[in-house]
Amino acid sequence: MKPQVVQYLNKGEFPLGEEEALRLYRAMRRARFFDEKALTLQRQGRLGVYAPFMGQEAAQVGVALALGEGDWVVPSYRESAMLLAKGLPLHTLILYWRAHPAGWRFPEGVRAVNPYIPIATQIPQAVGLALAGRYRGEDWVVATSIGDGGTSKGDFHEGLNFAAVLGAPVVFLVQNNGYAISVPRSRQMKVDYLARRAEGYGMPGVVVDGNDAFAVYLEAKKAVERARKGEGPTLLEALTYRLAPHTTSDDPSRYRPKEEEEAWRAKDPILRLRKALEERGLWDQEREQTLLEALEEEFARELALTDQAPEPRPEEIVEHVYAEMGPDQRRAFEALKRGFHLEEAW
Amino acid sequence: MVRERTRVLNLVQAVNEALDLALSRDERVLVFGEDVGRLGGVFRVTEGLQEKYGERRVFDTPLAESGILGLAIGLAMGGMRPVAEIQFAGFLYPALDQILSHLGRWRHRSRGRVGLPVVVRAPYGGGVHTPEQHADSPEALLGHTPGVKVVIPSSPERAKGLLLSAIEDEDPVFFLEAIKLYRGARAEVPEGYYTLPLGKARVLKEGKAATLIGYGGMVEVMLEAAEVARKEGVEVMVVDLETLVPLDEETLLEAVRETGRAIVVYEAMRTGGFGAEIAARIAEGAIDYLQAPVLRVAGYDAPYPPFSAIEHLYRPNARRVLAALRKALTY
Repeated sequence: MKPQVVQYLNKGEFPLGEEEALRLYRAMRRARFFDEKALTLQRQGRLGVYAPFMGQEAAQVGVALALGEGDWVVPSYRESAMLLAKGLPLHTLILYWRAHPAGWRFPEGVRAVNPYIPIATQIPQAVGLALAGRYRGEDWVVATSIGDGGTSKGDFHEGLNFAAVLGAPVVFLVQNNGYAISVPRSRQMKVDYLARRAEGYGMPGVVVDGNDAFAVYLEAKKAVERARKGEGPTLLEALTYRLAPHTTSDDPSRYRPKEEEEAWRAKDPILRLRKALEERGLWDQEREQTLLEALEEEFARELALTDQAPEPRPEEIVEHVYAEMGPDQRRAFEALKRGFHLEEAW
Repeated sequence: MVRERTRVLNLVQAVNEALDLALSRDERVLVFGEDVGRLGGVFRVTEGLQEKYGERRVFDTPLAESGILGLAIGLAMGGMRPVAEIQFAGFLYPALDQILSHLGRWRHRSRGRVGLPVVVRAPYGGGVHTPEQHADSPEALLGHTPGVKVVIPSSPERAKGLLLSAIEDEDPVFFLEAIKLYRGARAEVPEGYYTLPLGKARVLKEGKAATLIGYGGMVEVMLEAAEVARKEGVEVMVVDLETLVPLDEETLLEAVRETGRAIVVYEAMRTGGFGAEIAARIAEGAIDYLQAPVLRVAGYDAPYPPFSAIEHLYRPNARRVLAALRKALTY
């Protein structure tokens, strides 16, 4: 039997309060705005390699906004929208993608950790972080995210099994966007829905229309609530699509048909939510324009902040390897500080 | 440091005592791994701890090394001080991604925001006829990971104090315990809580003819060789490195400068082993003092043999150390 795919927008349902729905829309629109700007900055040579998330805003923002302030997100590299919705300052995110050391240190108040580059390694770590809250007598929940390709890794299995056995308060979001770089889902797994695997671990598994912000948000809220009450982890599979390349170095025309992209473009999560808001008289072109102007202003302000970030110092290479520098780091630190790298051989 | 009263303990008992003290002193300390709870560990190192501290603080995990390391990282991120056990050091390999990509790197990649006070304990090395894959010495692999420390005690007394330091340390520490010493080494161990500094090598024996350098299970081998040499009128210096990372280069170079001859003893395979690092450091820092090439006495470039009948041929022993000594002295 096929699992039911949770959806609201296609049925014309409006299950949220108006303010809540508008909050969701604004955060998604803001994320998209950032994504588009980031691609431009990358082309201008002002960002390093960048991984766009365009098309996955509902999945990422939906889960991030379902969390409380004290809850954590443990993201992979495609989760910039999640990080923004969780409160990471824009300029920190830009600096992160610029590979500037100042962008590697996330502010203390933001309950988000640096994105993970190796695949699936964040999964068992998210479980540990979730359990730490229990030990400390804090009721924080951890949301962690992975793509469909990442679910093939051992760490995905180990992490989910640990979470179930240890009863960790974690929401596992799988953004099933159809491709692991170029490898389609059909070459990735022989199961139709990943959420089916949840039963094998002993946790609830839910499939949502990942381009339906209401569905993601409401199911994520349920999962967060369950976790907070001590009922353990949930596997949330969001069916979605990455409209842009894997990274700015990738060319998706080599592996996926244009028609497929067009079909998904019609299901753009932002357009779908906007349409629902418009139908209820909550949104219109004028409000959209006002929002875009505010975002433009915010982005310009935050980008200017990044220009004020100090030039990385050569000796930063060996800082923060240990809490206290060891003798080998100390020696390199002194050498780098003197500028030896320009004058001498090591 | 008050250390009046001592008792004779083996390494298993000394490590157990250190874990017991750490658990009782700091609520944030957790002990977990495969079989560490009810069974008390396959070597009984964690015996009695679950009964005493409960299943919340001393617990068995599912059988998955990467999961154990990942769990430890997340717990430390959240403010705990996990002490994870990997049943045999040769079983660290499935967790290498967690170790290389994260455990050693989080502090750096978060520019100091996320420090990981994790201790990973694992028995290593041969000499007790273990099955395949149970006698590996992966210290060079771990030492090649930026951001982690590597500590290998050579006696029960050192093990207790060093482990307590490792648990207090703000950075991840691999604490490798020589299986051969678990019940083989017995020594006076002070009662109560005491720490010994990480990052310090020790000169165990003074001598002018040559310097033997090693750690962990090889220390007793070096001492045995030194004793045989002494009877023949050759006094050698013996250095126990104890902490491989960060390395106490000062003590090491000083010891080599004094004798002009150096032999490094380790039971991992020779190529790229930690002895190669030691030899390179000596070449960089004391070459003018050398009267003979730095020699290595190590395992062969082959997997550690599981067959007890020939195991002793792989693992360095006093005879091989003495042969190297003769070579160095007659160079």
